[in-house]
Amino acid sequence: MLKKRIIPCLDVMNGKVTKGVNFLGNKEIADPVELAEFYSDAGADELVFYDIAASVDGRKLFVDILKKVAQKVFIPLTVGGGISTIDDFDRVLKCGADKVSVNSGAIADEGLIRQAASRYGSQCVVISADIKRQGGEYRVYSHGGRIDTGKNAIEWIKCCVNEGAGEVVLNSIDTDGVKGGFDIQMLNDVCGTVDVPVVASGGAGSAEDFVELFKNVPNADAGLAASIFHYKEVSINELKKLLHKNGIPVRMC
Amino acid sequence: MLGIVDYGVGNLFSLCSSLSKIGIDSKICSRPSELKDVSKLILPGVGAFGDAVDKLHKTGLFDEILNEAKKGKPILGICLGMQLLFNKSYEFGEHDGLGLIEGEVRPLKEILPREAKIPHIGWNEISFYNHALFNEINQNSDVYFVHSFYGIMSKNVIATTDYYEKFTAAVAKDTVMGCQFHPEKSGKIGLKILKNFCEM
Repeated sequence: MLKKRIIPCLDVMNGKVTKGVNFLGNKEIADPVELAEFYSDAGADELVFYDIAASVDGRKLFVDILKKVAQKVFIPLTVGGGISTIDDFDRVLKCGADKVSVNSGAIADEGLIRQAASRYGSQCVVISADIKRQGGEYRVYSHGGRIDTGKNAIEWIKCCVNEGAGEVVLNSIDTDGVKGGFDIQMLNDVCGTVDVPVVASGGAGSAEDFVELFKNVPNADAGLAASIFHYKEVSINELKKLLHKNGIPVRMC
Repeated sequence: MLGIVDYGVGNLFSLCSSLSKIGIDSKICSRPSELKDVSKLILPGVGAFGDAVDKLHKTGLFDEILNEAKKGKPILGICLGMQLLFNKSYEFGEHDGLGLIEGEVRPLKEILPREAKIPHIGWNEISFYNHALFNEINQNSDVYFVHSFYGIMSKNVIATTDYYEKFTAAVAKDTVMGCQFHPEKSGKIGLKILKNFCEM
């Protein structure tokens, strides 16, 4: 049986892992290489790195970090942030990324997903969507959750999967960073419409929130979180024990 | 010295890092002549079967891999690299593989129910027969899979996984071996499997 995945997410800015609330106000907290190793040893099933650098120097620093992480961590690595061309895919894949997550880049260039999927395979292409309730529907936001694209989230994600995206990350802006639990309603409304793996993101505040997620959103394949792991509020090992106790299949190690 | 066959597809960075982590010297072999200088071969691979076979032929690596296999050199195919060992694949058309392992590679969607998500991505347990590749590995350990095609069951299958259906997770015939999962991405268990191969 396929296990439900637990994925810590590392937002990297200026060489440090940061975490903000509702996508804003990032503050530096840790060394990404040390943190990646720590999570890998602790039983994380995968790691996601978002490059939130605003400058060319920051981008170079990120590539160096990625290489260092890939030398030490032997679980899947997904990289996102600033991916807007096929060259960006190439750059991070060469540094050890296994999957590349596109967000604003796919909105700006609707051919990007198809191009990347045909070159690297669908398994490598992840569409990450920042979703917010707006005007009675789920709307896709771009640029780190700042710009309303006017796109309906369900239609947009279906379109990305048709173009070749092999996995979907659903980030709820409404619940991000506030630790009130995953956005169960949104996840259920959106999850059922695609036939590729779905990663739920945004809102995890406790281990119980993951139990709620997997019990109430059977179509979710993975749960992603940042701050509760970074601030050591929940250890991955304890979280997995709790999930296991609740009958949710997880990889124990 | 272990050789990693480089035919221009896939990411060799993780594989090189994992081998160096377990203390194995490796080199990337992109020319046929380089294959005979190494004691073992790993055939990695991400991407499409037909494309990979074309590249192996163009570089002359295809025939050289067969020569080395004939000599009894241990070869480990990973993911697409495992599938390339089979006789034939039906991924985007019909393509002949290396023919070192009996059988065909077919789409998962032919055997999985409609509700099964494809690609098969994630950690899934393996159940294996007694084989040196799995020395000191516990039955039902989880390893990391990413694939949409599978190798059909045959007497060469040494491990299976269960995702709605049971299908091939690893194969072996004499000194030729392959795993559908990614040992270089399967944490400590994956590193141990790589180490087992290197110690053969």
